[in-house]
Amino acid sequence: MIGFFVITLGPMLYSLYLSFTDFSMLAAPEWVGFDNYIKLFTNDPKYLDAVRVTLVYVLVSVPLQLAFALAVAMVLNRGLRGLSLYRSVYYLPSLIGASVAVAVLWRQMFGSNGLINQILDWFGIEGMSWIGNPETALGTLVILNVWTFGSPMVIFLAALRQVPQYLYEAAAVDGISRWGSFRHITLPMLSPIVLFNLILQMIGAFQAFTPAFVVSGGTGGPVNSTLFYTLYLYQRGFTGFQMGYASAMAWILFVVIALVTAVNFWFSKYWVHYDD
Amino acid sequence: MTIDTKFDQSTVAMTVGTKRSAGRSTFKHALLIAVGLVMLYPLIWMLGASFKDSEHIFSEVSPIPNPFILDNYVRGWNGAGVGFGTFMINSTIVALFSVLGNLVACTLAAYAFARMQFRGRKIFFACMMGMLMLPHHVLLIPQYVLFANLGWVNTFLPLVVPKFLAVDAFFVFLMVQFLRGIPTELDQAAKIDGAGPWKTFFYVILPLLKPALATSAIFTFIWTWNDFLTPMIYLQDPRNYTVPLGLNSFLDASGDSAWGAMFAMAVISLGPLFGFFLVGQKYLVQGIATTGLKG
Repeated sequence: MIGFFVITLGPMLYSLYLSFTDFSMLAAPEWVGFDNYIKLFTNDPKYLDAVRVTLVYVLVSVPLQLAFALAVAMVLNRGLRGLSLYRSVYYLPSLIGASVAVAVLWRQMFGSNGLINQILDWFGIEGMSWIGNPETALGTLVILNVWTFGSPMVIFLAALRQVPQYLYEAAAVDGISRWGSFRHITLPMLSPIVLFNLILQMIGAFQAFTPAFVVSGGTGGPVNSTLFYTLYLYQRGFTGFQMGYASAMAWILFVVIALVTAVNFWFSKYWVHYDD
Repeated sequence: MTIDTKFDQSTVAMTVGTKRSAGRSTFKHALLIAVGLVMLYPLIWMLGASFKDSEHIFSEVSPIPNPFILDNYVRGWNGAGVGFGTFMINSTIVALFSVLGNLVACTLAAYAFARMQFRGRKIFFACMMGMLMLPHHVLLIPQYVLFANLGWVNTFLPLVVPKFLAVDAFFVFLMVQFLRGIPTELDQAAKIDGAGPWKTFFYVILPLLKPALATSAIFTFIWTWNDFLTPMIYLQDPRNYTVPLGLNSFLDASGDSAWGAMFAMAVISLGPLFGFFLVGQKYLVQGIATTGLKG
């Protein structure tokens, strides 16, 4: 509990205070009111780039990742032999996806002489530097996130076990197609878990940092195309030492994550089915 | 949110017996293996590439190194000014102390939440759940200011000390979930036998908590081992670098020229993760299924 106050609550409030100041660590924080927040939205195009990049990343990679996770979990669920082996293999990338080592690998794979282009070469397709091109650089990071679909998949698998078999048997007796039983039994029964995974993965994706940092060499380039929110926050706070400005960014991120979670919950009453 | 975690129970197969299902299951296996291969191929290829010379790295899709050279490992291990061995030792120190801290602190905190009555327990618990959502970045700057004032920058203390204060809400949550599954009759029996809260904790609860402890230990290890941002902020002297920082500085220093050595060190840095994964995958799977932790 002491830890909670010393390490979390105290710093949280201090950070809120700092977000209204101009603070460089060298002199005492200087109160500037809402200036940091105003500047972020009106006078910092790079910040708006970071917001856009992060939103695209979250909104594209998370649904894709969950769709993959659910599809593979459905295939794995039907009493297949070797389930635990498959589960391990698919889960492995989740474990190492955030490491520098994998980001380094990605940088080579999607570089101009990388593995992807060598494979494309077989099909006579002229490759390019996927990481060096502002149009595709973010895409490589989306692929990296989709690649780590293993952890939501494990959660889906656990949840699929909970769906009572008799529902499917009843559906089969009634002559309902496989797609129909997926649509009308599996999805509704699974919807709380879909919501749970959705929230969890979105929170995670908003805070992604390492892949963008390593792949772009810390710049967020080319042309800010991989400038994740947290990467820009790092640049402002720890290379530019604009601690007040960075704190304001951190608080906006916190509020956005809280809002997104709340919106998810609010919308969930239209599509999430609870048993009782 | 608790989900049954008995995975390895064989499910009632819905499609047993018929010929059509045999074909379908073969098809499924083929599909699953293909997807698995595509997913793992980059890793396998990287392992192979770490034994190739740079000319072959950029011209071969096949992962098999020919000729097979160890030079990359030698160069990488000694490269980047400070030896890679130092980074490995640093990372190990940080990871082990973090595991210890998380285990001690989170277990005690969870025990207090799950079993003891104290004022404000509900509020504290709500605060802790809120922390699950709080981005790490909100705390990054004030904590940096705090630790800088304590003169802890460029030491391992900022990376390790917070873990001893039960700040990883994930693990507290995991343990609370687990403790709720342990019947309170056991506690009461211990109480009748004259055991106090501490004794009950050590002799009754702790032995039963083993699976949750294993899950927390493995996840803490993996997360600390992978963590890049926090060490980057606090550690400035290359002699204190952890493995991810070492890898990154290597990338900065050699640019895109020394891929072989890069890959060799990347493989080494993933080694401990694979080790823990193989040993502890049962606990990992249980852990994510009960709390939805991201690996």
